Amino acid sequence: MSYLKAGFLALCLTMLLASRMTFALVEVPELRARVTDLTGTLTAPQQASLEAKLKVLEDKKGSQVAILILPSTQPEDIAQYSIRAVEKWQLGREKPDDGVLLLVAKNDRKLRIEVGRGLEGAIPDIYAKRIISDVISPRFKGGDFFSGLDAGIDSLSKLIEGEALPIPEPQKENISIDQLLPMLLFGGLVSGLVLRGMFGTFVGSALNGGLVGIIVYWLGTALFGASIIGFIAFFITMMLGSRGINGYSGYPGSYGGGPGSGGWSGSGDVFSGGGGDFGGGGASGDW
Amino acid sequence: MKSLISKLAIVALLLTLSGCGYNTFQSLDEESKAAWSEVLNQYQRRADLVPNLVETVKGYAEHEKEVLTEVAEARSKVGSMQVTPEVLNDPEAFAKFQAAQGQLTSALSRLMAVAENYPNLKADQGFRDLQAQLEGTENRVTVARNRYIETVKEYNTAVRSFPNNLTAIVFGYKTKPNFSVENEKAISVAPKVEFGDKK
Repeated sequence: MSYLKAGFLALCLTMLLASRMTFALVEVPELRARVTDLTGTLTAPQQASLEAKLKVLEDKKGSQVAILILPSTQPEDIAQYSIRAVEKWQLGREKPDDGVLLLVAKNDRKLRIEVGRGLEGAIPDIYAKRIISDVISPRFKGGDFFSGLDAGIDSLSKLIEGEALPIPEPQKENISIDQLLPMLLFGGLVSGLVLRGMFGTFVGSALNGGLVGIIVYWLGTALFGASIIGFIAFFITMMLGSRGINGYSGYPGSYGGGPGSGGWSGSGDVFSGGGGDFGGGGASGDW
Repeated sequence: MKSLISKLAIVALLLTLSGCGYNTFQSLDEESKAAWSEVLNQYQRRADLVPNLVETVKGYAEHEKEVLTEVAEARSKVGSMQVTPEVLNDPEAFAKFQAAQGQLTSALSRLMAVAENYPNLKADQGFRDLQAQLEGTENRVTVARNRYIETVKEYNTAVRSFPNNLTAIVFGYKTKPNFSVENEKAISVAPKVEFGDKK
């Protein structure tokens, strides 16, 4: 009898697991480009032309608009999937929250315009709905996905261009370690002396090395480079004269030899979100 | 040297206090309050849409009295509710609030389903705009609710787990009510609408 029970429980467990698996949600792809087509609907030139259009918009207004075409969002509703996608992608800049996602679930024959919080005034739900039903859907019905998306982007751009948004800043320059080296040297030296005074030679030096390494890492050096710099700082602090200031002269020379650059994010053309927030605004439709 | 030690001791004390979760409570508490106001905000937005919607539907489907009154009643019930921040710390008031909003949700979806039977209404641009707004607002409500659920989950976990719970007891932080599953079910059940044989 108990075998029967155990068998039954095992059966339940398997069924539970199986049902879990079939209800697995569709994964949101990594954001790499403004146009992500998982269905192979767009040709390469079409994709490039949409990309270019969206880039022009971002350069001009700062708003990030992205397109995602995928086969299906089942079992989720398109709106549920869409909010997950923008939470992951974080389209738009952080403060004005000016991102827009144009999402197409091809086999579900559904689409959605997800509007960032900052653009809910420029693109109210009514307008988003009209763009879908009057501009995009008719073209999709005819099977012409590219022109539907193209015209949809044009309408969205027009609305975004009418909105007063902060002027896009030129790309932030990475702070170069070279420029900060004098400050680092001085700071590392002072903190080395203080920490050694407080915690003794070895512990103090280790703490100082760790501190310098963390600061350098935080400034944008790759982890490996930063840990090397940290180690160098540790040794130098160790080698400082046992009573502090004596070893001063040896410090700068060896310190300057630290690797000057780490592998900070290569400025390739990988597209990434700017931290924009979404609150569920926009509209869905079908064709 | 002595003063250095005492300074370090103060720093250490402060660190232990934040280590006990006091600061975590502060930030999570604020976060959940912000998430809650967003929920209220979106519910309010929905309630503001109702009068226009009812008027528009009336213009085309006057004899659908039952649904129209139902919506109006649910709307006035929601409107008469006093929603103070204390609702958050009072599970009973919270449940009442939920029930009222849930009632409006189902009344509205019934109304929209009924509207499907009136082609002229469906073609009316004003109605279509209201429909888009209502859909958008319902979606915002869902998003806001989900975010509230997330932040409260985080807050409640922080309040309940050791050793933070000791700090919580000392400073009087209680767990917050969340949207319960039963509620969720009642709200998400699609309303039954008879098509066809009624007319």
